Amino acid sequence: MRITVGAIVTDAGNTAQTETGSWRTFRPVVDAKKCTGCGICWIFCPEPAIGEGKPAVVDYKYCKGCGICANECPFKAITMVPEGRG
Amino acid sequence: MKQILTGNEAAAIAAKLARVKVISAYPITPQTAIVEKLAEFVADGELEAEFMKVESEHSAMSACIGAAAAGARTFTATSSQGLMLMSEMLYIASGLRLPVVMANANRALSSPLNIWCDQQDSMAVRDSGWVQLYCEDNQEILDSILQAYRVAEELLLPVMVCFDGYILSHTAEPVDVPEQGEVDKFLPPYELPHPLDPERPVTMGPVGVPEYYQEIRCMLQEAVRVAEDKIAEIDRAFGRRFGRRYGLIERYRSDDAEVVLLTLGSLSGTARGLIDRYRKRGEKVGLVKLRVFRPFPFGELIDALGHAKAVAVLEKDVSLGSGGALFIDAAAAFIDVARRPLMLNFICGLGGRDVTQLDIREAIRVAGRAAETGVVRRAVRWLGLREKIVGLRPKL
Ligand code: SF4
Ligand code: SF4
Repeated sequence: MRITVGAIVTDAGNTAQTETGSWRTFRPVVDAKKCTGCGICWIFCPEPAIGEGKPAVVDYKYCKGCGICANECPFKAITMVPEGRG
Repeated sequence: MKQILTGNEAAAIAAKLARVKVISAYPITPQTAIVEKLAEFVADGELEAEFMKVESEHSAMSACIGAAAAGARTFTATSSQGLMLMSEMLYIASGLRLPVVMANANRALSSPLNIWCDQQDSMAVRDSGWVQLYCEDNQEILDSILQAYRVAEELLLPVMVCFDGYILSHTAEPVDVPEQGEVDKFLPPYELPHPLDPERPVTMGPVGVPEYYQEIRCMLQEAVRVAEDKIAEIDRAFGRRFGRRYGLIERYRSDDAEVVLLTLGSLSGTARGLIDRYRKRGEKVGLVKLRVFRPFPFGELIDALGHAKAVAVLEKDVSLGSGGALFIDAAAAFIDVARRPLMLNFICGLGGRDVTQLDIREAIRVAGRAAETGVVRRAVRWLGLREKIVGLRPKL
């Protein structure tokens, strides 16, 4: 990688190269029965990791396990499950 | 045109002449008058700029960083505690290589609370990757700020122009204010290579992982180090246009001097007159004024001081637990040089204490005795203490 003056990254869209999924210790699991597809989790997710749709789909390559989606879901459709279990 | 200006007014007028686009600052004594004046220029329509009022110096520097990142010529001013509060963001500005220019009216640090002059504030941030210039008089403040923008924009480095609080900030003296047209020719508009621009998105301030951080730091160090040549070149260009130049250092009657004073800021002015008196009596005493502290002009200092028998470093700061910041670097300059002077450090003028010619004579006397005997009994001394403090054991 070429280091630029001020370490400014000039190629847009490179966030996709950072697979934040490796940070996760808890994984969000969506309960398809409760999910209404309202999209609130998609709005709050700080990574591009939970999609619009019914039920909402988590992209575990990027989901870092922060739990914001589970906290924000108005229908309590998301449970944070420790990695390695369930 | 000559005008009678305080140091603060000279700084404000310089920023106006530089046609700054964004000013963000928080008031703090003794700097406040600079941004008050600039706010006035903006309110009166004399300066087309955005004046951003913020809730702290941390935010002021953050705003300057944002504005500079968008490509605007930016200015701020601060002093003392304000500079301390900014310090986190100073490293961001230099790390991002943004050409922010700041005036720092030098003032002591709390505690005890003290609003008067010394240089502990800017010395405390000497490692932050900012170019640091120290001014002797109000003309030099104005000229240095104009030069600072050229330096900053050509090297993509932030520049701090330091001048002594009150001694310069609040003292009026004649200053030659250049014509706007001339300044425009010296300081054309600039373009940041990768500004924040939705059309051409960039990431600024990414994570620098261990595999890359060190290289990025090394690039910054190299940039500040080689800034020396550029600063000298721009100073010469300024001299050709405006008839005044300052150099990285100035040698004043020091070329054949056995005892040389090394100092920076307004102390140089006090020392000059005294040097003349010594010279009149035929004593070989000289002065070297250091103007550029970062990058530290090692080569020029070795050239200027190498022949002396003793060098007395006078400074209004102290790196607590060591010596004065200037002394430490000046002594380091000679580490690999065979022929070197004895070095003595005199801490003085802290918290606005006057440094009189009598004090400076004491420094010259002590340095002179070291030159005669070849022995330095105590390298770091304090000038003008009211009571015998040094060496006393704290009573618990
Ligand atoms: S916020 Fe809850 S209900 Fe709404 S889409 Fe996300 S998971 Fe489904
Ligand atoms: S846990 Fe965090 S990162 Fe993962 S989907 Fe939910 S909000 Fe997004």
